[in-house]
Amino acid sequence: MSLALRIDNLPHIARSSVKCVVAVVAMALITNLGPGWLSTIPDWLMFPVSDIVGDSLTWFAREATIGGIAVQEITRGFAGLIDKPIEAAVVVLADGLFKGRGLDVTQSVPPLSWLALGGAAIIVAHRFGGSALALTTSICVAFLVSFGLWQNAMITLSNVLVSVILATLLGLVLGIWSFRSTHVENVTRGIMNVMQTVPIFAYLIPTLLLFGYGPSAALVATVAYALPPMVHNTVLALKSVPAETIECGRMTGCTQRQLLWQVQLPTALGKIAVGLNQSIMMTLNMVIIASMIGAGGLGFDVLKALRKLDIGGGLEAGMGIVALAIILDRTSQAIAKRAAHGKHREPGQWPIWKVVGLWLVIATGIAYIFEPAQAWPKDYVISTAVFWNDLVTWINIEWFDVLDAFRTFALLEVMRPFRDALAAAPWSMMIGLLAIGAYALGGARLAIYCVALALAIVMTGYWGPAMNSLYLILISVTLAVIMGFPVGFWLASRPQLQTAANLTLDTLQTLPTLVYLLPAVMLFRIGDVSAVIAVTLYATAPAIRYAMIGMSQVPVARLEAAQISGCTRWQTLRWIRFPAALPTLLVGVNQTIMMAFSMLIIAALVGTKDLGQEILIALNRSLVGQGIVAGLCVACLALIADALLKAGAARAVTHRHKKED
Amino acid sequence: MNVKKILNSFIAIAMSIGLVAPATSMAAGVPESDKPIKFMTADWTSIGLQAEIMSLILRTSGYNTKLVVADDSGRYPGFEAGDLHVSMETWQTTQLNNLKKSVATGKVLDMGETGLKGVEDWWYPMYMKERCPGLPDWKALKKCGELFATADTAPKGRYVGGPVSWGDHDENLIKALDLPFEVIHPGTDAAMFAELKAAYDRKAPVILWVWEPHWVGSVYDGEFVKFPKFEAGCFDDASWGPNPNMTGDCGKPYGWIKKMAWAGGEKVWPCAYEMIRKYDMSNAQINKMLIEVDLNGRSNEEVATEWLKNNKDIWKPWTTCAG
Repeated sequence: MSLALRIDNLPHIARSSVKCVVAVVAMALITNLGPGWLSTIPDWLMFPVSDIVGDSLTWFAREATIGGIAVQEITRGFAGLIDKPIEAAVVVLADGLFKGRGLDVTQSVPPLSWLALGGAAIIVAHRFGGSALALTTSICVAFLVSFGLWQNAMITLSNVLVSVILATLLGLVLGIWSFRSTHVENVTRGIMNVMQTVPIFAYLIPTLLLFGYGPSAALVATVAYALPPMVHNTVLALKSVPAETIECGRMTGCTQRQLLWQVQLPTALGKIAVGLNQSIMMTLNMVIIASMIGAGGLGFDVLKALRKLDIGGGLEAGMGIVALAIILDRTSQAIAKRAAHGKHREPGQWPIWKVVGLWLVIATGIAYIFEPAQAWPKDYVISTAVFWNDLVTWINIEWFDVLDAFRTFALLEVMRPFRDALAAAPWSMMIGLLAIGAYALGGARLAIYCVALALAIVMTGYWGPAMNSLYLILISVTLAVIMGFPVGFWLASRPQLQTAANLTLDTLQTLPTLVYLLPAVMLFRIGDVSAVIAVTLYATAPAIRYAMIGMSQVPVARLEAAQISGCTRWQTLRWIRFPAALPTLLVGVNQTIMMAFSMLIIAALVGTKDLGQEILIALNRSLVGQGIVAGLCVACLALIADALLKAGAARAVTHRHKKED
Repeated sequence: MNVKKILNSFIAIAMSIGLVAPATSMAAGVPESDKPIKFMTADWTSIGLQAEIMSLILRTSGYNTKLVVADDSGRYPGFEAGDLHVSMETWQTTQLNNLKKSVATGKVLDMGETGLKGVEDWWYPMYMKERCPGLPDWKALKKCGELFATADTAPKGRYVGGPVSWGDHDENLIKALDLPFEVIHPGTDAAMFAELKAAYDRKAPVILWVWEPHWVGSVYDGEFVKFPKFEAGCFDDASWGPNPNMTGDCGKPYGWIKKMAWAGGEKVWPCAYEMIRKYDMSNAQINKMLIEVDLNGRSNEEVATEWLKNNKDIWKPWTTCAG
């Protein structure tokens, strides 16, 4: 079997590489020797897209009226309205109420104590996830309290709760609507796909214009970011309700509304909860960015610490976000699992709200008598910040020469030449190659789709920065895959390590990147090397995860067959495991690329010259049009990559099936 | 005990939803309105600290205030639309023209100087003075390009400027004075000072954009490069300065830090605006507070409250209109 595969495969690879080389050479010749407009983008292909978008949005936000009421009034009113629940949550969870103002301020009602809220979290965790989850939750709560992060964690939680509730409601409505009408579904799916790939900063600018500065703008942006998975999962969940169940509902005489509320939604609850879980995680990813425009909490702690170069302090606040994420993620997953199984409480057990309610009363009583249960005493706050700061300084002094040599080599020998080659390549050549590649992978439709997206970038005038983004992404993704896949392969055959591995990966994905970006800057200076390191670190997590999943899924029968026919370990990996895992691995590459794209904006903070930087500048200078259009360019690049890789994955599947026949 | 506590919590929840109106009222018509006065804060410490001080003074007089995050150069649309009401810092060094333009719309008020003086320019650690003889005079830099160079900028020197959105003054300066340097832009000020710290710990060459009041001046020993001193002619008149053919051949303007405000607020909170106009501070006082915040890790609020408590004789006279 292995022999047959080898003969079949080798010439195929050789043939494709020859084709690739021919295509590149031919395109290079045509575009360089052809008329000048093939190599430098001609003026007639560029449109002042940014200005048009900017002007119309400014007009919409400042001048437009709907039914005689200014749009501005409506959006501002809405902003004032959604400020209220956040303020309420902050009062209850974090700040309490005050009497008097300024110097005369005194606390009149304290917020719910850490004992009450932390205990409630542990009780809920225990009910839905057993003692293991209760233990995890206790560790997270203990960390937040003893490191003095509790109050700010509760401010963050208030923002997260309100945005998750809004995203859930809106997502359910859009999801149900899309489920009922194919037209609507096509429209929402298109919009959601773009929304997921446009960097959040890009729509912060119009949000600020419409909703004013402050937490409500941060909230709107966060909801927009967390909405797509909720909509997507609601549609999927409703579609997966078995036809028999619906029939049964119809036969008992349900109206359309009863069918939805009493049959379809309850049946789909488990899968809808997956969407809820995704929304929570996306919201937590936004915490840092939201705090840049006025949502306080842990995100602001991270920013504040890093601004004074207190890397250890930033790390601690960042780990606070991770702790919050772990509590919310694991608990919501446990609840989702419970909902999916339709399992109810055991006989004799109190309903959860009663238990939690009773605990809140008792704990509030304790906190009233025993002050440290209300606010953890300052003298008992633990901090490891000094250790981390000293560590970074030590590395900086002892290891800088080695690191700098590495940086110089990477920058001058690898990154610069690659960047310059991409920048110098004629735009028409890049698009030509894209067309050929897309055609080979997925036929004419894919080629037209990709070329249209690429031409859209050309027209906006952002081709140069887009090539710079492409160069950062390609290098980071290559590194992430080279580092992540072997680790994933290695972990796949060691199930006992996977729980620990998953926890580490979750930490890597929820720890704000800024926390490791600044040490990177100290050791590798401002510029592309630091940016690539940060993007790579973040994007390695999905690479490891998917490699792990892909490799674990290889059918046992095939592995046994390989063993019988006397394959070595390497042969098994190369000819059995790898081909079987290929589709999952390609999805992993796709996810890695998407993660890398979402990091561009953070990378811009250390001084790249790409689309991310354009968005950052636009945000700082309130250039509405430029920000959105540069953001849409990022979306175009991401959509092209997504389409190509999905086509590749589809081909890998059919390829395999053909071979199996 | 428990019952009272629970009752209080219920009242807290009810109040926050808006069922029970908070019963606070002040004498003498102050505050004229309970609408929150929105103070701008931004990504450097002193503006947040001064906003906190002014906000505390106003709150003590009964006003409602809020701190809102905005960007240095991106603030103007917000002020013109009335989304932002007061900024305690507008620096002559970088915002001179922006402020002029915004005040000319009639929607923004120049609320006078804060009493602070701002410096922003090229800055180097003291140990570089021996290695590049002639500093702090800018002409010394002409021969020191290679000293400050890194592999990617060589043979030119590496100058760490501010984020791109802070303007292109340094690019023009390098061109106009023909300096052998390349500007490296980070996306955030934190990255600039990360490079400074890394270099300072190793006593390695570094030159970057620093401003004052700022904590860097009190932690690291260094000084500003002396460029030809800014005069109005430098930016518009090519013949001005050492380069007869180009504008921009001077350091950044050294000077006032002003307060600005949304013009519409004058009618809403006249007394508050009067207090803001009277606000007067000094570099020495702010520097002391910046060390508390930036180095000793205390919050703006804590440091501002402490200042207010210890300096009643300074700020009480500003609040005469509140009675």
